[in-house]
Amino acid sequence: MSLQETAVTRRLRHVKHIIIVLAGKGGVGKSSVSTQLAMNLVASSPTAKVGILDVDLTGPSIPRMFGVDGKGVHQSSDGWVPVYADGPSAKLACMSVGFLLKNKGDSVVWRGPKKNAMIRQFLSDVRWGTLDYLVIDTPPGTSDEHLSLMEHLAGVHSRLSAVIVTTPQAVALMDAMKCLSFTRAVNLPVLGLIENMSGYACPCCGEVSNVFSTGGGAEMARKEGLRFLGSLPVDTELVSLLDGGQEGELGLLSRYDKTPSAKLFKEILNGILESMQDS
Amino acid sequence: MIAVQSPASVPDPRTIPSNAPEHCPGTESELAGKSDACAGCENQETCASGATKLPDPSLPFIKKRMSSVKRKILVLSGKGGVGKSTFTAQLGWAFAADDSTQTGIMDVDICGPSIPTILGIASEQVHSSSSGWSPVYVQDNMAVMSVGFMLPSSRDADVDWGDLDYLLVDTPPGTSDEHLSIVQYLKESGIDGAVLITTPQEVALQDVRREIDFCRKVGIRVIGLVENMSGFVCPNCKNESQIFKPSTGGGKQLAKETGVEFLGAVPLDPRIGMSADYGVSFLDEYPDSPATTAYLDIIDKIKDILHD
Repeated sequence: MSLQETAVTRRLRHVKHIIIVLAGKGGVGKSSVSTQLAMNLVASSPTAKVGILDVDLTGPSIPRMFGVDGKGVHQSSDGWVPVYADGPSAKLACMSVGFLLKNKGDSVVWRGPKKNAMIRQFLSDVRWGTLDYLVIDTPPGTSDEHLSLMEHLAGVHSRLSAVIVTTPQAVALMDAMKCLSFTRAVNLPVLGLIENMSGYACPCCGEVSNVFSTGGGAEMARKEGLRFLGSLPVDTELVSLLDGGQEGELGLLSRYDKTPSAKLFKEILNGILESMQDS
Repeated sequence: MIAVQSPASVPDPRTIPSNAPEHCPGTESELAGKSDACAGCENQETCASGATKLPDPSLPFIKKRMSSVKRKILVLSGKGGVGKSTFTAQLGWAFAADDSTQTGIMDVDICGPSIPTILGIASEQVHSSSSGWSPVYVQDNMAVMSVGFMLPSSRDADVDWGDLDYLLVDTPPGTSDEHLSIVQYLKESGIDGAVLITTPQEVALQDVRREIDFCRKVGIRVIGLVENMSGFVCPNCKNESQIFKPSTGGGKQLAKETGVEFLGAVPLDPRIGMSADYGVSFLDEYPDSPATTAYLDIIDKIKDILHD
């Protein structure tokens, strides 16, 4: 089939696994989960190489979270060079529309076809090189961006899988269900469900409050026959770390390791890796 | 009123036809029908004729419908999950607290409509009457229209709003197709302004900067900025802590930088989310919460700014 050999499949030939991070509702922590997933994958083996692609074109947060805000993408004869969040060791490649905007207040107001073209370029024109994992952070919902992704990645479908992120409250779960039906419609294997913002521990007295109620994710996973990967409470240390935007070459990974979330995420990562082997 | 307008006769507002080639410049573009990508496209002739650049024929119709609506306010946020829909619902309830004020809420979040759940009317259906679709009434003076009532597609033009004092439009996150369409449709009949919602952390603020840029690009007045989830009061020890740390000064600093009015900060109260899940008004249920006071102050400020 002529579909099999496209610019995208050629470019992604040496990418072993592609994990798409989905969430129905906005602000449930997709980007923070994608960021943590990428960092954990890098840490999972001394030779692991990971890429992270931010296809949230109108609200890119990945550059800020990795502390590479304001960096630019360079053009080389072999395509765009991604920004390496870990500096010279080049094990964590980032690409986002945020790197292409001149000014951090610029808005991207694009309709479907233009977004589609941008996403195709991200997949076919970026010099991803050899990667063990490519994590794709998506915008909320199931929209143009998602359809474009699935269309362009059709040639590498066997290497695709998804992780769904939700918060525990009813409104978010309803949207997560829509996400799930999307993955079923496009035949995308789901590695599991993560419940984020599940409780908040008061830094003063340690009392855990269920800011957005709790347990909804596990319940939904049980009903839908999904693997429940785990729940992550609101972690103010993580928020400050990812929001701080500090530059620091090896800083981010080692500082992340000290947050309470890092410990919890290791379990989640194990679940993801197991699901991957099963599928 | 115009009763026989069938939705099918109105051309699709999205400027890119579904059969367009990949690099379609958009039917409103100067290059429509003339760019390289247009060669071979079925629509090339129509686009090149310039017909597509004329105003959408449904605009006068919408203008007429909207003429009975006094104030149209957009609720925008760059980032998702900052509490847009919750805020919209509370604002609606606060306006409707005055029996003589007719309030409408329109939810244009096609991918994730949450307004019906938050208002406790998720199971309701929209009725079709001779003068258009009748919105769902939460109470006598509060009407709601959401894509959630009629997936997969909706057309705001055909809703028979009747006389309204306020129409609040809840939008999806970002600056996307839905925003362009709603702005294009409502601009003709006048948008009174936009309220922007953010949370305190820089990641959310970055998106608000983009949203302000969007408003300025399309010529919508920014009424002001609300900082939501600003601090958390522990129900046990009553001490306040910052869940989302304002590492760059939060909403207040951003408002100052961009010359936008800062409307206020609403602390995070777990009961707000719970009220939203059960579809009840937070302001009525928990009048003693600091969040209620903050909401009411903000609503007063919005009314002041609009001179109502």
